[in-house]
Amino acid sequence: MANETLALRRHYRYRKAKNLVMMSLTIFATVITLTPLFLVLGYLIFKGAASINLAFFTRLPAPVGEVGGGMANAIVGTFELVLLAGLMGVPIGVGAGIYAAEHRGTRLADAIRFAADVMMGVPSIVVGIFAYAVVVRPMAGFSAIAGAVALATIMIPLVTRTTEEMMLLVPHELREASLALGVPQWRTTLSVVARTAMGGIATGVILATARIAGETAPLLFTAFGNHYWSTSLKGPVASLPVQIYTYAISPFADWQRQAWAGALVLTAIVLALELGVRAVTGGQTRAPR
Amino acid sequence: MADKIKVDHLTAWFGPVRAIHDIGMNIQQNNITAIIGPSGCGKSTFVRCLNRMHEVIPNARADGEVLLDGEDIYAPEVDPVQVRRRIGMVFQKPTPFPTMSVEDNVAAGLRLNGINVGRAEKDQVVERCLKQAALWEEVKDRLRAPGGSLSGGQQQRLCVARALAVEPEVLLMDEPCSALDPISTARIEELLIELKADYTIVIVTHNMQQAARTADMTAFFYAGELIEFGETRQIFTNPSRRETEDYITGRFG
Repeated sequence: MANETLALRRHYRYRKAKNLVMMSLTIFATVITLTPLFLVLGYLIFKGAASINLAFFTRLPAPVGEVGGGMANAIVGTFELVLLAGLMGVPIGVGAGIYAAEHRGTRLADAIRFAADVMMGVPSIVVGIFAYAVVVRPMAGFSAIAGAVALATIMIPLVTRTTEEMMLLVPHELREASLALGVPQWRTTLSVVARTAMGGIATGVILATARIAGETAPLLFTAFGNHYWSTSLKGPVASLPVQIYTYAISPFADWQRQAWAGALVLTAIVLALELGVRAVTGGQTRAPR
Repeated sequence: MADKIKVDHLTAWFGPVRAIHDIGMNIQQNNITAIIGPSGCGKSTFVRCLNRMHEVIPNARADGEVLLDGEDIYAPEVDPVQVRRRIGMVFQKPTPFPTMSVEDNVAAGLRLNGINVGRAEKDQVVERCLKQAALWEEVKDRLRAPGGSLSGGQQQRLCVARALAVEPEVLLMDEPCSALDPISTARIEELLIELKADYTIVIVTHNMQQAARTADMTAFFYAGELIEFGETRQIFTNPSRRETEDYITGRFG
């Protein structure tokens, strides 16, 4: 009897020790995961904050050799490209996702899912080449539209897959409840299922937006870049990622400083979008119920 | 009493699997008809065939005749959406629409069917249906609260109110009490008896006392076949088939 109690106690101590070791390992892994995030943020602020001033947000880039100027055109250009890409990519992505979820098991739905998965794995530089071939060549020039097409191509599979996942999280019973009220299929899909999944779909759209806002490679030979204000969708347009790239590899110290500032601003925009998602969805990124 | 629904040679499949076979029975107007039988015997499949909800499941199909007031609801020119407006359904699990308030849930069938009702008319429909579903007194002060904030029993009565709002002629209930406690169950049963004055009701239940308490007619299904159908009292006191007796006395199932 006493021996048994002793053995049980020893076993319990052993389990507690094992728990401590495992817990420490997972905490260690978490710290390692988070460290780069804070190092990157910290270093960006350290290198970039000093170059951020009013002129950075309001002035055009200064000519080579002159100090000063800003990235106003690139900031506006990035918003323009992302907005255009969203206008193209969101309706297509959401539509394809709804189809894939509501017609699960059909050949077309399987094809959509497979194509989206493949497209997500395509390197973004390849997407740039694609947009170059289908938009830049026929239009005989770099343009905002070409850049937006490239970004939309990256966005569509992301939005498609999240929309599909969110629609599938809506319980089947809700669809049946609606159909049993004599509500037609299309109305059930839009007003009951898509509406219930709305929070999750919106989250997916914003995360995809954040993702394309930082893309550089697909813009290099589509939107190209521009040192001046661009008012035409058919002309090349500046964007933060490309401007950062151009300035960072330049030999001028002032441009390199501004590249750091641009990187900080771009990161802040992406971070703000993602924090916005968390605020809107109350920290949860899944559909209700 | 008049027959509201006449079922003849009804057979239903899930892909290659036959779920019910050659069912024939008449469902009387302003009556409660209970369907009893062990799990997997085809009770749910049968009632889902009555408002063409069976075919919503991929690869499911049904064959045979279901006459609603003498008209075959499986005739090729009949729109299943119209059938479902005349034959409402309440499911096993309460399914209020999570994005809608209590009142919007009740009016959902009207709004989603594109029937435009004014504010006053909507209020009227909401009040009438919630009263019919014996829920009005409990929720009249929180009509704007989300439908999901009610208790399980209240949610189920909300679903009854929602089904009533489209003014169906028949109400199908697929084990409406199986997720509810005894008090909520008793409320739903009282409700059924009140509702049969205006509606024809078919209820699937696992609870034989429930069938005995509420139903006028009872059908016993076993292995996809209709074994026996008759007046509830007769089925429970003097069944003519051996299988029925074994089931209601708890010898199997």
